[in-house]
Amino acid sequence: MELATKTGFVLLGLFIILNWGLIMAGIIRKIIARASMRRGISVFQPYINLIKNYSIRSQLTHGVMFYLGPVFRLSGGVGIFLFMPLIHDSEIWSNFSFAGDLILIAYFMFFGMLGMALGAGEGGHPYSAIGISRGLAQFTAIEVPLTLAILSIAFQYNTLSISEIVARQQGGILNWTLFTNPLATIAAMISFLGAMGHAPFNVVMAPQENPIGPPTEYHGTFLGVLQTNRAILHVIESVLFMNLFFGGASNWFELIVKTFFIYFWSVFVGMVFPRFRVDQSIPWLLKIPVLIGILSIVFILL
Amino acid sequence: MEQLLDRIIAGFEAADIEKRKDGQVFFTVPKPKVLPLINHLKMFEGFRNLILMTAVDWIEDNQFQITYLLNNPDTKTDLGIRTFIGRDGEGMDSIHELWGHAATFQREMKEMFGIGFPGSPRVDEPFLLEGWDDIPPMRREFDTKKYSEETYFPRPGRETHDPATYMKQKLYPND
Amino acid sequence: MPEDNVKYPAEDQSLSPVNRKRVVIGPEGEDILVDPLRDYYCTARPEPELPRQGIIEKFMNWARAESLWVLGFGTGCGSIEIPPLLSPRYDAYRFGVAMRPTPRQSSVIIISGYLSVKTLKRVIRSYEQMQNPKFVIALGSCTINGGMYWDSYNTINRLDHYIPVDVYIAGCMPRPEAILAGFNKLKQRIKEGRGEGANDYIKNLDWYKANQKKIIKDWNMPDYNW
Repeated sequence: MELATKTGFVLLGLFIILNWGLIMAGIIRKIIARASMRRGISVFQPYINLIKNYSIRSQLTHGVMFYLGPVFRLSGGVGIFLFMPLIHDSEIWSNFSFAGDLILIAYFMFFGMLGMALGAGEGGHPYSAIGISRGLAQFTAIEVPLTLAILSIAFQYNTLSISEIVARQQGGILNWTLFTNPLATIAAMISFLGAMGHAPFNVVMAPQENPIGPPTEYHGTFLGVLQTNRAILHVIESVLFMNLFFGGASNWFELIVKTFFIYFWSVFVGMVFPRFRVDQSIPWLLKIPVLIGILSIVFILL
Repeated sequence: MEQLLDRIIAGFEAADIEKRKDGQVFFTVPKPKVLPLINHLKMFEGFRNLILMTAVDWIEDNQFQITYLLNNPDTKTDLGIRTFIGRDGEGMDSIHELWGHAATFQREMKEMFGIGFPGSPRVDEPFLLEGWDDIPPMRREFDTKKYSEETYFPRPGRETHDPATYMKQKLYPND
Repeated sequence: MPEDNVKYPAEDQSLSPVNRKRVVIGPEGEDILVDPLRDYYCTARPEPELPRQGIIEKFMNWARAESLWVLGFGTGCGSIEIPPLLSPRYDAYRFGVAMRPTPRQSSVIIISGYLSVKTLKRVIRSYEQMQNPKFVIALGSCTINGGMYWDSYNTINRLDHYIPVDVYIAGCMPRPEAILAGFNKLKQRIKEGRGEGANDYIKNLDWYKANQKKIIKDWNMPDYNW
């Protein structure tokens, strides 16, 4: 396929993912509201918030890195998207995935955080730096069980290509990594809780903690970019976990259903459990999930 | 309680004793006896909690009344210690070395009444009124209504009614 | 901060030591003048950001009206009426109202009840750090004419002399239903294109600043808090 068509389909995919991310955020907020016996926001409230943020008239800047922070964050989210095969066995929806894309995506997951750290550090708000160091420390701890799980399934399937991993899981639900390598799935799903920023691990973003953490100074369009990225990132990380552990998707409908339930797992846990402090969450993540991850590698290699 | 009061009357010239309710007594001591009394109460009688200290402006007698409210958590008794000082620049001894939070009360009294507490930490810093340049507002010669009308742009058209006469006119206009 | 090589000028004794202007002796014996309160001073005057014309502005106003982000800043007793607003019984979220913890991201500030001079200074700082367009809801009779504190030496009487007010909600205190009605009134006002308080404030900046400086005697912040 020539590059122009390919780019067109990639942009179309990005558009669909963005819209699904915004609507999913609205649906999730609605479910949370109903669980706490409220009517809650409208499903399209994330769209309105986004339009409103993009239509703020005045913007302040604190320097070049302040501009680049949201840009880096967005390129982190879009970067994961670019190299992620969305639909199994479909050439047009496989984006730019290639043989070693799993490593690249694991890198891109951290890239956005680092860019955000540089930007928020220049924001001038004294607590931004605290929020950022908390966020980076916690995200580093989240990455450890995830990396162990990725290593485990890389050993299991003997490849680092996501398309290959999806292809090996076809042919019935029992071929999913969920059943062929349950320990890796458990370790990865625990780190997924942290990556999504819901309750046990959301102290970094929690507004009650040192006012709002990293994005304190971001407003207007900057915040709009961050919100856009968050909508993309939530879906595309769910797609990553779907591809690695839940058999991928063979059409868009399956993708939407599976990402919804994978994302809902973090919301479900977040509704039930209270929030960890950073000094509690990091030791917790580095104990049992890491042990499960190591065990999964051991079992695969045996 | 009675024995405690007897000791206080004998040792510290307490007068004007007023038993408000069970376990709550107010009395007046002369100014030089206040610090020894509070020291004694804290060290030997178990009154280890300063609930509050506050001041009252008796402008007719030309004096301030300072009240210390002490509490003994073991016997559940409160003592209100009153003392009178002159209004004209006469200070009071600071008790911030007995209770750290007394410094805040003293800072507030310095700001609101102009009572000096020499040696109390940060006593001259503004507490509630930042940049206040008039006489201390809780002194009774300060006309707060006049000050408010001069400073804060009163909204025209505000009426004030005496509730009793107003309601009488409303309800029984023929009386 | 090592105390032994710090000299304070005689002024600024009312500030805490960290904020005082002082001369610090550097490592090579040179004198460095440090003024922490003016570290990030921006003395530039703000410019009004005029609205666009036609249907674009109408669409944007609709979005602004349906997504009111409120700065979580309670000034007086009225702030106790805000938490019930977000509880399941009243549920202000369904009107697009949400609380934000930082002035940069919020578009509505609720002045909840009486406002002392000390708090007014913080309100002005927070209000000016919010981004254009921004809206003010004044809660309770204390903000209208002083309410029961009309003759107090330390609470303001008329809020609209210090910051432009979009909606007044009368009552002492207004019930959450009244606050919800106030939010709907504000939405209506924004959709009609009348929520231009931020630009009014900048156009009449001299008048507002004169009123503010009349009662804030220790003015130690920039004329406009960027």
